[in-house]
Amino acid sequence: MWEAFRAQWIHFPDYFSHHVLLTVSALAIGLLLSLPLAALAVRRPTLAPPLLGVSSIIQTIPGLALLALMVPLLGRIGVVPALVALVLYSMLPILRNAVTGANEVDPNVLEAARGIGMTDQQILVRVQLPLALPVLVAGIRTAAVWTVGMATLSTPVGATSLGNFIFSGLQTQNTAAVLLGCLGAALLAIALDGLIRLGELAAARRDARLAWVSIALLATSVGLASWPTWAHYGQRGDRPHAIVGAKTFTEQYILADLIATKLRLAGFDVTLREGLGSTVAFNALASNELDVYVDYSGTIWAHYMKRNDPASAEVVLEESARWLDVEAGISLLGRLGFENAYAIAMPAEKVQSLGITKLSDLVQYAPELSIGGDYEFFHRPEWKAVESAYDLRFREQRSFDSTLMYGAAAEGHVDAISAFSTDGRIAAFDLVVLEDPLGAFPPYDAVLLLSPHASENQRLVSALAPLVDAINDAQMREANRKVDLESVSISDAAASLAAEIAAKDARSVH
Amino acid sequence: MISLQSVSKAYPGGIRAVDDLSLEIEAGETLVLLGASGCGKTTTLKLMNRLVEPSSGAVLIEGRDIASVDPVSLRRQIGYVFQGIGLFPHWTVAHNVAAIPKLLGWPESRIRDRVDSLLEDVGLPPERYRDRRPDELSGGQQQRVGVARALAAETHILLMDEPFGAVDPVTRNGLQEQIVRIRKSLGLTIVLVTHDVTEALLLADRIAVMHQGRILQVGTPYELSARPEDPRVASLLEMPRRQSEKLQAIVSGAANTEASKSSL
Repeated sequence: MWEAFRAQWIHFPDYFSHHVLLTVSALAIGLLLSLPLAALAVRRPTLAPPLLGVSSIIQTIPGLALLALMVPLLGRIGVVPALVALVLYSMLPILRNAVTGANEVDPNVLEAARGIGMTDQQILVRVQLPLALPVLVAGIRTAAVWTVGMATLSTPVGATSLGNFIFSGLQTQNTAAVLLGCLGAALLAIALDGLIRLGELAAARRDARLAWVSIALLATSVGLASWPTWAHYGQRGDRPHAIVGAKTFTEQYILADLIATKLRLAGFDVTLREGLGSTVAFNALASNELDVYVDYSGTIWAHYMKRNDPASAEVVLEESARWLDVEAGISLLGRLGFENAYAIAMPAEKVQSLGITKLSDLVQYAPELSIGGDYEFFHRPEWKAVESAYDLRFREQRSFDSTLMYGAAAEGHVDAISAFSTDGRIAAFDLVVLEDPLGAFPPYDAVLLLSPHASENQRLVSALAPLVDAINDAQMREANRKVDLESVSISDAAASLAAEIAAKDARSVH
Repeated sequence: MISLQSVSKAYPGGIRAVDDLSLEIEAGETLVLLGASGCGKTTTLKLMNRLVEPSSGAVLIEGRDIASVDPVSLRRQIGYVFQGIGLFPHWTVAHNVAAIPKLLGWPESRIRDRVDSLLEDVGLPPERYRDRRPDELSGGQQQRVGVARALAAETHILLMDEPFGAVDPVTRNGLQEQIVRIRKSLGLTIVLVTHDVTEALLLADRIAVMHQGRILQVGTPYELSARPEDPRVASLLEMPRRQSEKLQAIVSGAANTEASKSSL
């Protein structure tokens, strides 16, 4: 366990400092936007219910969904959609407390302020704001704690945060990573809460010195905590920058690490954007927000090209490459050499007892059986194609995190699952992949995709060229298995893959 | 000095808080608006510094229709003392008193001198009180600060809305005497709203008795009690006398009882 922590710890300064910057920026912007709105709501009381109503509704949107919504709304991934979502989320407690605080000011005091000749503006700034300040600061405190928590969810939209630990840790069943992410976020929340609490006390006691102390402490802590990010951007200098994407499963994390290492060796400054949804990653690549990631020919064929006719691996690869180039300016650098197909897998025992080997055999039993899939599977065109090709109808469909799917099948919670053919857990959990005689699933060659900009970058292309046809099915399955079943870290698994590739290159040179 | 000319204030729903009211207030006099709760006396007072705008009629101060004066600058020229006192709890006593001079942009030294002299006037030695916060003062002390705040901008008109309503009788007595002194030394014109007949009699040069938004009668305390034009005025003015007779009876009755007890 201790080793596992140490392996994860190297990422901590990077993730933590990004998390701090994201949280504090969101809070600062949220505060700047909330104050004028609160002032408006106090001056025109009829505006208060709609304003607070809208921010309450935003608050009821699940955090992950709000973040995910920002990607199509803003048409981009990364810090911007994360920041916008967090700002929206942080505004309710600030707005609500500012309005409540201002409205709780003694009406006698307000009448006096007006009666002695203060303008509305002066009443707001000189009387209501200072008197509402303790309540307002309490609202900022609440917002800070919420925002720290919600910022962990910004990983899937491509913003680095402590969520990188949590999402990759959950995916690869790395408890150390998950714990590190949670502890980091909890500590940050407690620290921010405490520091702002000091400001709240200063406001309540109207103690200007204490207020400055708390502001200075807050500024120093944020400065120190975000130092690694500043230092990184400072050091980057003229080095070319490359952004590597990864979807949400183990293989993708390993390959992204492998690609990042290759690029670093070639002198690139690399940013990883991990845990992205399929479509998020694809769109980000098309708009040059990612430079490179690994996708699968069948996914391009079925999902983006909307094809469902059976075709050979070569045809799918060729046509995908042409389509990507024409439609999105994306270049398909080449196959990595292995296939990670979608397949239907069942426990070996069950397959034997039913006496089946193929999907077509399953059809008659399916109405009695349940099937589990990852979050995407039942919405993907491939599943629709399989369903209609075989007229396959299951009793029940259940969605799982892909990590939990294999265990669910092995323990009999579901009878069949949508498996990834390179997943080491198929063999480990004694599952069997059913044949697909009609070829309803397209071939899924892993391919390196480059963004329009990256395709023109000769240095990047030649740095990645050695990965083409470098990894076979067995190697990839082994790397996945080590991470998923033996708790080997992503970077160690990626490093041993890299070593195997280098050894093979050396042999082929001889 | 202050002239109300056929002023009415109607609220939505048809309630006429002030109903076709005319009143002349002379420079240097203390005029008391006297009446029961809801008779429109506070509304009448607020019409004089545009805290309330009339539905019809006009209010003139020194011959000028105040409808044409910016309400904020008007209020800065007229002192106002509130029943709820309404000191700014986040400011010191000195800062509270200096509120209007600061808004007017007076130089610091002038503000300081003014604050100290006013605190002296209202009986709060500045060296002891200027740096205190309102919550460290008694109710009576707070209202003294309220009076000092109202006078800070060298105003000559002081509007007072039940200014002693929130303090105990002994303190009230002290404050009333203080107001009489300050008024003389500063030559103030005061309009004071109260429902307390005794207070009205003690402080007023003239009293305007109000009922349902109208003035029943205006006159000196003597005129009102000698020649009441309305039975309600008569009964109102008799009240303190009846009360004091009753009090006298109780006090002397008790003394008799004590005497008879001791003679046993």
